[in-house]
Amino acid sequence: MFLALRELRFARTRFALMGAVIALVSVLVVLLSGLSAGLVNDGVSGLKQLPVTHFSFEGGTKTDAAFTRSIIDVEQVDKLAEQPGVTDAAPYGLMLANAKKDDGGQPVDLTLVGVEEGSFVAPSAVAEGDLVGQADGIVVSSTAKDDGLELGDKVTLERLDRTLTVVGILPEQHTFGHVDIAYLPLVTWQELHSGGDVTAAADAEVPDVTTAAALRADGDFDPAATDAALGTTTLTLKAAFGASPGYTAETATLMLIQVFLYAISALVVGAFFTVWTIQRRHEIAVMRAMGATRKFLLADSLGQAALLLAGAIGIGFAVGIGLGALLQGTAMPFALQAPDLAIAAALLVVLGMVGATAAVIRITSVDPLTALGGQR
Amino acid sequence: MNDSTQSRSVLELEGVTLRHGDGDSTVTALDAVNLDVTAGELVAVVGPSGSGKSSLLAVAGALVTPESGTVRVDGVDLGSSDASTKARLRRERIGFVFQSGNLIPALTCLDQLRLALKIAGMSPDDERARDPRELLDAVSMSHKADRRPHELSGGERQRVGIARAFMTAPALLLVDEPTAALDRARSHEVVELLAKEVATFGAGALMVTHDHDVLEHCDRVLEMVDGSLGAPAR
Repeated sequence: MFLALRELRFARTRFALMGAVIALVSVLVVLLSGLSAGLVNDGVSGLKQLPVTHFSFEGGTKTDAAFTRSIIDVEQVDKLAEQPGVTDAAPYGLMLANAKKDDGGQPVDLTLVGVEEGSFVAPSAVAEGDLVGQADGIVVSSTAKDDGLELGDKVTLERLDRTLTVVGILPEQHTFGHVDIAYLPLVTWQELHSGGDVTAAADAEVPDVTTAAALRADGDFDPAATDAALGTTTLTLKAAFGASPGYTAETATLMLIQVFLYAISALVVGAFFTVWTIQRRHEIAVMRAMGATRKFLLADSLGQAALLLAGAIGIGFAVGIGLGALLQGTAMPFALQAPDLAIAAALLVVLGMVGATAAVIRITSVDPLTALGGQR
Repeated sequence: MNDSTQSRSVLELEGVTLRHGDGDSTVTALDAVNLDVTAGELVAVVGPSGSGKSSLLAVAGALVTPESGTVRVDGVDLGSSDASTKARLRRERIGFVFQSGNLIPALTCLDQLRLALKIAGMSPDDERARDPRELLDAVSMSHKADRRPHELSGGERQRVGIARAFMTAPALLLVDEPTAALDRARSHEVVELLAKEVATFGAGALMVTHDHDVLEHCDRVLEMVDGSLGAPAR
C-alpha cells in the first residue's frame, strides 16, 4: 500500500471524482433499498408480523388473487389442523373495504382481517385500547393514526352501511396492499363478507367461511400431500406475499433497478481503473524492471481500489442513511434495515473489486523491457 | 574498497547472441558479445541508434533471454535461472538508471528511494539497505527530498534516479542513456556523479550512451556496431 496511499494523495482530484460517482451510486442504492423495504412493509407487513409458516387457500386459487378470491369453509381449517406437522391452524379472513370516518366524513381504506379471538393469528398486544373481541370493534395498525384514526373513532363501511368502532391500536405497522389492517372478530368479518348485517337480520344464515387457513407447521408438514388430500392450495408465507396487490411488480421493478445500479457501479470502477492502469503503464514497466513482482503490484493496486471503494461507499451510505432518516415518517413508504444495507454495501464492494480486478490485472502483462531505451 | 572487490566480476557475457524477428526480417541485436565488468568499474558502450546497446542492457538486466551464450550477474548464471530468480536478482543485485530518471510521478524524492526498498522487500534496518537521506545528500538532492518529479529539473531527476539505483547496494548498475535529456553541463555533472558513486559503493556499472562528451569520466569505453561489441573507441 506504500504506492497506493501516495497515489491517492497525489491524484486526489481524479480519485475524488471517481469516489463521488461511487458515493452517488451508494446513495441511490441506500434509497432504493429503503424504498424496497418500505414498499414490502406497506404491502405485506401484516403478514410478516404473523407467526405463520403457510397459508392454505381454496383449491386452484392463483397466487396474485389468493387473498381476495379464495373462500374456504372453517371446517376445512379444522381438517388442516389435523395434518401431520401442523401445530396450529386458524381461520384468516381478509377483505378490502372503503369506509368514511363518522366524524367529518374523511375517507379511510381498510383491510378487514377476521380472526378468532385468542387464536395464534389474533393480535396479542395493543399500544392503546383493547384486543379483538367486541363484535363491532376493530383493532387497527399503528399507521392508521397517520390517517387520522384514533381510539373511539367510528367508521362506516360504504355499501354495507355498517359502523365499526376503533377499540384498539396496535404497537406496530400491520398493512396489506398498502392499506392499514383492521382486525375484527371472525364472525363480524363473515357477516361483512357475506354482505349481511347481524343487527338487521339476526336470523340470516351467515356462511361459516374464511379466506384462508393460517398454519404454523414444522418440517414434517407436506403441503403437496395436504393439498392433494383436502383440495386446497397451500403457499409458504413468503409465497403468499405475492398475493398482496402490486407486491411482485413493485419488488421486481426495484430489484431490477438495484441490479442495474450494481452493474453500473462495477462497470464505472472497472472503466476508471482501466484508464488509470493504462496511464500508469510506463511507471509499472519501470517498477517491473526494478524487480517488482506481479503480486506486489497487484496487491498495491487492489489495495488502492479497496480503499477508494470503502471510503466512497462509506460516505455514500452515511449520506443515504441521513437522507433516509428524513424520509422516514413521511408519506413515502421507506424503511432502512441494517441487514439489507450490510448486504448492499458488501455487494457494492465485491462487485467494485471485481471491476477493479478486471482492470488492474493487465498490470501483469506490462513488459518491463518497455522501461528501457527508446521503446517507450 | 580493496583490490579483491575491485577485480570481482559483476557482469560476464560470453558469446551472447540475440536475434529479433524471424525469416528475412531477422535482426541480429547482439552478435557473439563478450564482456566483463568488474566491481567499481564504469564501462561505457557507445554506438549509433539500433546498434544493439539497449539489447545489451536488456540481456544484462535479465529482461531478455539471449539465443545463445552465457550471462552471469554477480556470479549467478541467468541461463539456468527461472523468472522469479531473475526478478529477485533485479530487485537485490541490479540497479537501473533509466533515461530521464523515470521517476514515479506520485512520489517525493525521498519516497522514490524508499520504493526501491519496498520493491526489494527490504526494511530500512536491513544491512544492505542504504539510508535514503544519506543517498540524497550524496547526490546533492537532500534539500529537495520532499519534491515530486514535476518540480525537478532534468538533471535533478537523473540525480534522484542514480540515488534510487544505489538504494539496495546493487552489485551491478545498468545505466540507460542518462544524459539523453540534459544539456552539456548537466550531462557532465550527472556522469561525473555516477562515476563517483560507482567508485564509492564498489558497484560495477554498464552505461550505454550516445554522448561522447561524457566518456572522459568512464573507466572503459566500448563501441557497439551492428550487434558486435568492439575495441575501445578512444
